[in-house]
Amino acid sequence: MSAPVITAHHHGLGLRANADAERLRRRQWFSAIGWTLCGASLTLLGGAMLSILGMVLVRGIGALTPTVFTEVTQGTGGGLLNAIEGTAVIAAGTVVLAVPFGIAAGIYVSEYRWTAWARCIRFLSDVLVGVPSIVLGYFGYITMVEWLGWHFSVAAASITLAVLCLPYICRTTELALREVAPELREAGFALGASPARVTFSLVLRAALPGVVTGVLLALAISVGETAPLLYTAGWSGYLWNGQLVRSPIGYLTYVIWAFINEPFAAANALAYAAAFLTTAFVLLISLASRLLLTRRR
Amino acid sequence: MNFRTVLATVGGIVPASMIAVVVFLTTYAWPAIEYNGVGFLGGMHWNLGNLYADPIDLSGVQILPGASYGIFFLIVGTLLTTLIALLIAVPVGVGAAIFLAEAVPPGPRVWLSFLVELLAAIPSVVFGLWGYAAIVPLMAQHVFPAMAHALGWLPGFGEPIGSGFGLLTSGIVLSLMIVPLIAATLRDAIDSQPAAVREAAQALGATRFETVWRVLLPGLRSVLIGACVLATGRALGETMAVLMVSGNALNTLPQTIYAPVSTMAAFIASQLDSALQDPTGLAVRSLAEVALVLCIISIIVNVCARLLLAGFGARERRGL
Repeated sequence: MSAPVITAHHHGLGLRANADAERLRRRQWFSAIGWTLCGASLTLLGGAMLSILGMVLVRGIGALTPTVFTEVTQGTGGGLLNAIEGTAVIAAGTVVLAVPFGIAAGIYVSEYRWTAWARCIRFLSDVLVGVPSIVLGYFGYITMVEWLGWHFSVAAASITLAVLCLPYICRTTELALREVAPELREAGFALGASPARVTFSLVLRAALPGVVTGVLLALAISVGETAPLLYTAGWSGYLWNGQLVRSPIGYLTYVIWAFINEPFAAANALAYAAAFLTTAFVLLISLASRLLLTRRR
Repeated sequence: MNFRTVLATVGGIVPASMIAVVVFLTTYAWPAIEYNGVGFLGGMHWNLGNLYADPIDLSGVQILPGASYGIFFLIVGTLLTTLIALLIAVPVGVGAAIFLAEAVPPGPRVWLSFLVELLAAIPSVVFGLWGYAAIVPLMAQHVFPAMAHALGWLPGFGEPIGSGFGLLTSGIVLSLMIVPLIAATLRDAIDSQPAAVREAAQALGATRFETVWRVLLPGLRSVLIGACVLATGRALGETMAVLMVSGNALNTLPQTIYAPVSTMAAFIASQLDSALQDPTGLAVRSLAEVALVLCIISIIVNVCARLLLAGFGARERRGL
């Protein structure tokens, strides 16, 4: 079949061969330019990433003094103890609130996926992921801070962040559970186990690493978010007084945003220290969930 | 109650939250929606009115004399920053995805992909800090003067170059925040294409780049569009990074690409304190209306993205 073509090609006119060679050269140029641009894109991304990490590392570590961990913020100086504690309290509250609801929703969406209610939960969960965090913050402000009269508080902050985290946990749980082989469930039911027993003792246990990454993601979000907290947590330079409502609380991301605009070197240093702590924590969590998933495979 | 009912009830908190957000925002903003009317979207001025004057009663609604609420400049700012972000992020994201999927050897690929995904994990306020401390000075001192010099003949690209805080800077920082989404989605999609397609193209004599560019990518058009729409949604709602590098313009439209702007999300974050000065509460309610508009736009964009991506999933399952 192909032999005549090759012969024709080889014995073709010089003109034709020239045109072919020209075309081949153009195609090779096109490919070379394409690869260069693609490589440049990746280099640009990597460069930006390294620039961000470098800035946060260099200026952040330079700003980390023992006072940062031992003293509370005074005006725009002092330390970050109150903000570190506040971030921990808010994040703990968020995880405690969001995890049970998110996992329950995820289990329902995965195990009863054929029901209309499961499709409804999945769809509205996907929509909720897309709602900007500042909108959720404003929602938290008008409902809890104003309407319920909680003022700036841990409760308002944690509930707002929990709403933000819910769809992420729901989605990760669903995906993790769907990867569990159906035979495992059938084996459980065949042995006479109840649906609750099968879900918790077999399916959830098999899918645990995936579910845990969802929880870690929620933790990373609650430590790294700022916009939803501006109008729900407020700001406080004191340590947390144990009150859930009617008492504002400090958090690390606020320091980054508010203190970098101050004309004082001490305030800027605190902003960089806060940026370092936040970024390091979030990246460590990302690394942990990555290792969790790789080890499973 | 059996197990299934309990799960269905507890899991119902997710759709309930979504509905509650829209319902509460609408209810709270309703007096403002009635007072502002359609002019809200087209009006150029956000003006709280005379804060020291007595409120006047206008058909049942208490307002301050001179109060007017228009967010046209915010809509323009939001759309322009998002557009610039997409113009940068789409080519860079596609290029990075192709390079990661086809040119990087499997060993480093895992770590390079992870590095790109980590970019998505960095908190937006840290992006803002980086923009504020590194990008704004770089733009103001080197990039903008050079651009104004070289592209000054283009309308919108000439002097004045401003302070570095503005439209283009916001677009650049935003683009870096949405690039990982585009790159990661497209890279996974390229990886998932059957080897037979690749082999067929190469058997026809296509170079490796031609295989990706002319054979694999056209088949992934809807994934790419879906990822870009999802990225658009994220850029529209991004708050902290924009707040820190946009210059927060009030009641003005940007005359050049370097000029300060403000977006709906950043405006909500920066204006509550001053809105609370209005004793009639209409300013706070109008701000809720901004949040509602932003929420509705995001919902529409997101639903479109899901439909596009779901359409691709369905075709993939049918083996196309």
